[in-house]
Amino acid sequence: MIADLTETIVKILFIFSINVGFYAPILGWVERKQSALMQDRVGANRANIFNFKIIGLFHPIADAVKVLTKEDFIPEGADKFFHTLAPFLSLTPAIVTFAVIPFGGAYELWGHPVKLVIADLNVGMLFIFAFASLSTYGVVLGGWSSNNNWSLLGGLRASAQMLSYEVAMGLTLIGVFMVYGSLRLTDIGMIQENFFRWGIFMQPLGFVLFFTCAIAENKRAPFDQPEAESELVAGYFTEYSSMKFVMFWMGEFLEIVTISGIVTTLFFGAWHLPFVTDQMLVSFFAGAGPNGAALLAMLVNVVVFFAKVSFFIWLMMTIRWTLPRFRYDQVMRLGWKMLLPLALINIFITGIVLLV
Amino acid sequence: MGITTAFSTEEPLGGSVVLTKLEAAINWSRKYSFFLYPFATACCAMEFMAVGGPRYDLDRFGAALPRFSPRQADLLMVVGTITHKQAPILVKVYNQMTEPKWVMAFGVCAVSGGFYDNYATVQGIDTLIPVDVYIPGCPPRPEMVLDGLMKLQEKVTKEKWSDWPRGPAPVKMKC
Ligand code: SF4
Repeated sequence: MIADLTETIVKILFIFSINVGFYAPILGWVERKQSALMQDRVGANRANIFNFKIIGLFHPIADAVKVLTKEDFIPEGADKFFHTLAPFLSLTPAIVTFAVIPFGGAYELWGHPVKLVIADLNVGMLFIFAFASLSTYGVVLGGWSSNNNWSLLGGLRASAQMLSYEVAMGLTLIGVFMVYGSLRLTDIGMIQENFFRWGIFMQPLGFVLFFTCAIAENKRAPFDQPEAESELVAGYFTEYSSMKFVMFWMGEFLEIVTISGIVTTLFFGAWHLPFVTDQMLVSFFAGAGPNGAALLAMLVNVVVFFAKVSFFIWLMMTIRWTLPRFRYDQVMRLGWKMLLPLALINIFITGIVLLV
Repeated sequence: MGITTAFSTEEPLGGSVVLTKLEAAINWSRKYSFFLYPFATACCAMEFMAVGGPRYDLDRFGAALPRFSPRQADLLMVVGTITHKQAPILVKVYNQMTEPKWVMAFGVCAVSGGFYDNYATVQGIDTLIPVDVYIPGCPPRPEMVLDGLMKLQEKVTKEKWSDWPRGPAPVKMKC
């Protein structure tokens, strides 16, 4: 009982500090440096503490403190309650969804079985979908409660876009579930111990479709219609200032991390290195005693998992700074007329292959 | 202004060490994190793009992120000629910005009206809103803009709690 509780708390603290403490601030910096790289600039590097500059890593701190000390603004005629609630609604799902994503295998520590996932739900993927839909509310409420035309338009666009792409995304994943026969993400991770059963080999089309839909869900360029600066000022968060504005942003960044986590888990072998099973890791570290071996194997799992996650984060950043923004009708056409039929075809082909 | 000074925490405490340190830390963060609102109306905008581009790179100073919503912007860059028709819009944008906010007059048109000494042009935006740093030149070279930004950073480091909030623009205009 106590052991279970400790285990859960440790895992929650670990994931929370990785996501909110590490990825959220560092992604702000990565985004800036990535944009600088793509545009052949140097990028932020002047902020210094006692003349230490460490390649601009102090800029996120400067941004955070400045934003905290900026005036918090609620527009006249806005719905105060919902205006304040919206940023929380869009940040929370991004943090919560990581609970079902496994970041390592199952081991035994001091006679106590440990699974490196916070909540091992048998409906893991459905849980993620449910919470991803919840973040739509944050966006729509933010747009509606601001009492501003542009915000409202941005909110409407966001809801239409997120709902349309959710359909295609759900259908894409059906192919994955048909192959693995489970919605539980730890099971899917376990099956991918075999390199040739990685999702990318079983469902190549599924991966491309899912990744596209996930970027669209995330509302970043080339799908940043809801906050199109050239049309809607700043979209649904036009009237947000200070910390609330940054919460929308952090939500977006954490969603990137979550999406990368899901992609890694479903398509890129989760926490596994190619051709290396968890048993091999444990026996490789056997010299450190049973508990030590399990701990070291866990460490390798976690490092491998987050290395893959970081790779996909980098990929999404590159896509974001490479492609221009689509027109709104193009976004909708892509979602309904191309991705959705392709997802259906994918299911069909997967079914045939499984039957044969 | 009178009221803010009277109630500021700094006067009674005589600028104690803790407050001064906190002030310095916050000013440090503010000076490296300007979110711009480019109010670009005329030819100077070209030079603004040059400052943002790879050769001069405003982002080195942490001032690259343009926010087109005044609620999220810190630094209003008035880039170009302001006509009397445009003036109410400028004042409105200034009033919409959240505190703390700074204003940069970019180019001689914004500074003083420049050679447009006529009935249509505002003779310097400081007749409408408070200005923190003036950058003359028609258009100013990017080096001058960077110099202006560094001057503004210096100014920000010397700011006090009691300088904020500045309140709305002194002139009343409708648009
Ligand atoms: S200062 Fe010169 S370059 Fe700038 S807006 Fe005025 S006329 Fe154009």
